[in-house]
Amino acid sequence: MNQQEKQRLAIEACKVRMGIIESTHGAKSGHPGGSLSSADVLAYLYNKELRIDPKNPKWEDRDRFVLSKGHAAPGLYSALAYRGFFPVEDLPTLRHIDSYLQGHPNMNTVPGVDMSTGSLGQGISAAVGMAKAAKYLKKDLRVYALLGDGELAEGEVWEAMMFASHYQLDNLCIIIDNNNLQIDGSVDEVMSPYPIVDKLKAFGFEGACVDGNDFDQLEAAFEKAKQTHYRPFAILMKTTKGKGVSFMENQVGWHGKAPNDEEYAQAMQELRAKMAELEAQA
Amino acid sequence: MSEVKKVATRDSYGNALKELGHEHPDLVVLDADLASATKTSIFKKEFPDRHFDCGIAEGNMVVAAAGMSTMGLVPFVSTFAMFSAGRAFEQIRNSIGYPHLNVKIGATHGGISVGEDGASHQCCEDFALMRSIPGMTVICPSDDVEARAAVKAAYEMQGPVYLRFGRLAVPVFHDESYKFQIGKGEVVREGKDLAIIATGLMVNEAIEAAKTLEAEGISARVVNMATIKPLDEELVLDCARTCGKIITCEEHNVIGGLGEAVCGLLAEKLPTPVRKVGVNDEFGHSGPAVALLKQFGLSAEHVAQVAREFVK
Repeated sequence: MNQQEKQRLAIEACKVRMGIIESTHGAKSGHPGGSLSSADVLAYLYNKELRIDPKNPKWEDRDRFVLSKGHAAPGLYSALAYRGFFPVEDLPTLRHIDSYLQGHPNMNTVPGVDMSTGSLGQGISAAVGMAKAAKYLKKDLRVYALLGDGELAEGEVWEAMMFASHYQLDNLCIIIDNNNLQIDGSVDEVMSPYPIVDKLKAFGFEGACVDGNDFDQLEAAFEKAKQTHYRPFAILMKTTKGKGVSFMENQVGWHGKAPNDEEYAQAMQELRAKMAELEAQA
Repeated sequence: MSEVKKVATRDSYGNALKELGHEHPDLVVLDADLASATKTSIFKKEFPDRHFDCGIAEGNMVVAAAGMSTMGLVPFVSTFAMFSAGRAFEQIRNSIGYPHLNVKIGATHGGISVGEDGASHQCCEDFALMRSIPGMTVICPSDDVEARAAVKAAYEMQGPVYLRFGRLAVPVFHDESYKFQIGKGEVVREGKDLAIIATGLMVNEAIEAAKTLEAEGISARVVNMATIKPLDEELVLDCARTCGKIITCEEHNVIGGLGEAVCGLLAEKLPTPVRKVGVNDEFGHSGPAVALLKQFGLSAEHVAQVAREFVK
């Protein structure tokens, strides 16, 4: 990836992070930690990878994206808003009564959301159904699903993985956000999903392990996914929960807590400084 | 008297799917290793490329069907009532009900007439569970003709539908001219002393009960309430006004099913005495289906007995 493109994506990711802070601050609740760890891949997907049209969110032949870790809705909404699916100014209405920005993704109220999610383990099942349907309909589109590492404890995730490899869904790419933290602590303390790679292999997946906050590595993984035939693809991303906001990084307490006014100001100051730095380089 | 034709509504389901499959290439079927029991095997034989076995993984199957529906397909997702409405309740609620997706749930082996398999497989809670999901249509056809019509109507309607079918072969009392309509009950037999509102295989039992009662001078109206939700409120209220007493009959727990739907309506709009015939908040057990139905009071004899005491 050339420097210019990398900078463009870094700027988009910084915007996604600002949107996450704006929306969770506006909501006075929500999940900033796991949204921030996913911000880079969301920026990558919505600004480089996905074949989508913000002017025609229901375009039949678009690629599909399912946020299986539905609590990262602030990240998804932010990526969609900055991509032009709906006004960025609406982000702070997240979770407000009568706002269309529901606490977890709602496909019927939010333009660009391909599946309603929130109950963990179900998004990946919807994604395998979409990928199988695309095969049956002979549609040349790809389906992506983003899962949390804590989510891997849901048995349904593995049911879906069996389905994906059984039906050779090479149009499916799942992404696992391995930030290593969930509500009650680190994932290995709560209910260890490790070794994840061995499990994915055993379930018939081709894959790649990447630093999920590195665009070069993400690009290589997504390209490898498209070259893979007859097998579903998994990208295991090592990430930092709370990435991009110093006091949220690697802090389990920021899983499901909104920044107060002071924290909001500090987070936005950090992100604005980052944005200025990126724009200066561009 | 000629022998009455008997068909299990699960067979009707498989046959109707096959028939619809010829007209509609967007109709796909999912099953969880029970195709030979749910009778989606009939569809599979004809359309192997759009019958997707999902293995014994009902949660994933239900949500995969939801994903398929977002792609414009019309999935019929099939397994026993216990494992769809029961096991996969939350998946149905969150991934089909909440986004109001166009998925049809074909649940076979409803009720205690599953028979020998026993309580673990005898689902008597599905009406209650499915009724409680906003926007879910709940249908329990009474015989072969109605079951095939219901599958067709479910396909034609936009939105989630739960269809309950049975394992036991039951008499076919409708003729092919019968017009089924979702949300409309059917007056099978007129009467004035009381109305028996029944669903599923209990409709035939209600008809038999009404014949017995007629010989004793009791005039019973019989209503086939195939659609449990949305309930045909007009017809229930008409029964209350015309007959003044209502018996509900269902192969389901008396908690949460047709009986409570009828009572809920009447309590608010036209308080009327009701007796509920159903499974009395207990689990079933193993045994031949017909013997079980008799033992649990889901028989014409028991319905007639309840009616006699009710009109005294």
